Amino acid sequence: MKLELTEHLKQTVDALTERYSDKLIEVYQSSGDTFVRVEADANVEICTFLKDELHFDYLTDIFGIDRYTSDERFEVAYNLVSLKHGDRIFLKVRCEEEDPELDSASGVWPAANWAEREVYDMFGIRFRNHPDLRRIYMPEDFQYFPLRKEFPLLGIPGSIELPNTTPDSE
Amino acid sequence: MKLTDIQSKVHSTFFKEHQKKLYQSLEDKHTTIEEMDDGDPLKTKMILNMGPQHPATHGVLRLVLQLDGEMIEKTKLDIGYLHRGVEKIAENKTYQEFMPYTDRMDYLSPYSNNVALCLAVEKIANVEVPERAQYIRMIGCELARISSHLLWLGTMVMDAGAISFFIWTFKEREKIYDIMDRLAGHRFTVSHSRIGGVANDITDEAMGAIREFVETFPKELKDYHKLLDRNRIFIDRNEAVGVLKTEDAIGIGATGPVLRGSGYAMDMRKFSPYLRYDQVEFDIPTRLEGDNLARYFVRMEEMSESIRIIQQCIEKLPKGPVRTDNAKQAYPSKDEVYYSMEGMIHDFMMTDTGICPPDGAEAYSAVESPKGELGYYIQSDGTGHPWRLKITGPSFANLQVLENILDGEMVADTVVIIGGMDPVLGEADK
Repeated sequence: MKLELTEHLKQTVDALTERYSDKLIEVYQSSGDTFVRVEADANVEICTFLKDELHFDYLTDIFGIDRYTSDERFEVAYNLVSLKHGDRIFLKVRCEEEDPELDSASGVWPAANWAEREVYDMFGIRFRNHPDLRRIYMPEDFQYFPLRKEFPLLGIPGSIELPNTTPDSE
Repeated sequence: MKLTDIQSKVHSTFFKEHQKKLYQSLEDKHTTIEEMDDGDPLKTKMILNMGPQHPATHGVLRLVLQLDGEMIEKTKLDIGYLHRGVEKIAENKTYQEFMPYTDRMDYLSPYSNNVALCLAVEKIANVEVPERAQYIRMIGCELARISSHLLWLGTMVMDAGAISFFIWTFKEREKIYDIMDRLAGHRFTVSHSRIGGVANDITDEAMGAIREFVETFPKELKDYHKLLDRNRIFIDRNEAVGVLKTEDAIGIGATGPVLRGSGYAMDMRKFSPYLRYDQVEFDIPTRLEGDNLARYFVRMEEMSESIRIIQQCIEKLPKGPVRTDNAKQAYPSKDEVYYSMEGMIHDFMMTDTGICPPDGAEAYSAVESPKGELGYYIQSDGTGHPWRLKITGPSFANLQVLENILDGEMVADTVVIIGGMDPVLGEADK
């Protein structure tokens, strides 16, 4: 597929291809947005490179996607903005279903702290070296990961402790 | 304060593990300066749980503050009390069915949320939107911005100690509610936008009300300025409080008026123009101080910019249809539904299956909601339901900022700083 890139994005893709040719898996566009998928073990290294060398200094969000496939089930996307050049790029990494783990980008952008907590809370992907990896929406006592596809829409009865409906009962 | 000290005092009934970890993380925050701690012989240290039902936290936000006397040493935020799982719900609904849920995300500016979802779906499914609908949406969005900022103004000034101000801003908000009532048929949760356009055309009555509001509101705004800009108490409460530097703001992902109050003119309306924002003239108000007063000035100026945009929209408002005339992409008009067989079938199909973007397509579309960048990421699997719909809410980003700027402030200033951040927990908690 032919890519339609702005000058800075073209420069970004070229720099990534040149420097991380073994880590870069694919570059594609969909509905005008540019996505770059890289190897999971190089995510922080490439994040640092994008921030320091290519001015992607603003992290809007990090979110997870459950692909629901048998290999490399989970995908984590970094929504990066270059304020200087006015460009947006999505960096994606994939991880396995069993014990998914990634390196934390919170050392690169402090904004990653809560965003990664959200990914952990919703998908159960753990982030190594995260300063404060707790659940963010669900209580810590909750055992499931709600945005995984196998979690039912109605929830799991009894999974959240609730107050008694009658005041006297224990 | 040590975790064991806290636990001996706090006996939580529910989610014991959760509370334990929260206090643990509070203890762990800035552990480097903790080494100086020598047991607190004067007993000036305490842990204060503020919220989730505290009236000044603007919703169900819980702050766990470690205090040394009146000074906040460190803060942890506990959010999620309003978590309804809208992203999970979205995966089980058609795009149009999901619209009313977006109203209830940032319930102070429902119109922007509707437009944000519509723009994302239109981007992923290649829907053309008629010119008139674009301008109607812009008018709606800017009215929503004024409405949201008015609520922020009222509550924030009330937090700083002036009660009657709240009533005056609500008088103006009431007018916007009346306009929304005439424009969309609902006062609060409007759901007026539709994929491919808007639900109905702007009526003469609604137009009259908007014109009247645009005439009268700048005068009210001037009165607000007169009352607050040089008000000693208001300035003392807000100046040099909750300071956020530009580089910190960018690093920590601040958005909207918080980022602009810290000196960076980032606005989605200029960064990646949507609707017809590239055809109207407006400025992005920016301040360099980064304190609460700067955020106040930014939001106040944004309101007058919004009025400017609405005026231009009214002038430019072209004639024509308000929804795309493609039955595969948008609901047919009610005339067609009631009087033709095909219209009926199309209406049924839109409700049952909805619009189906191509398989594997992904799109991210962001708008500048009153609180900042509100983005919708959609991944489609070719059916009428999104495979993944991720909402990037500005309140979430700004609450993370709050956790970092409260350290070192006075406990009495927390309410003002929260007010200046203007978070909406419905959006932050999803």
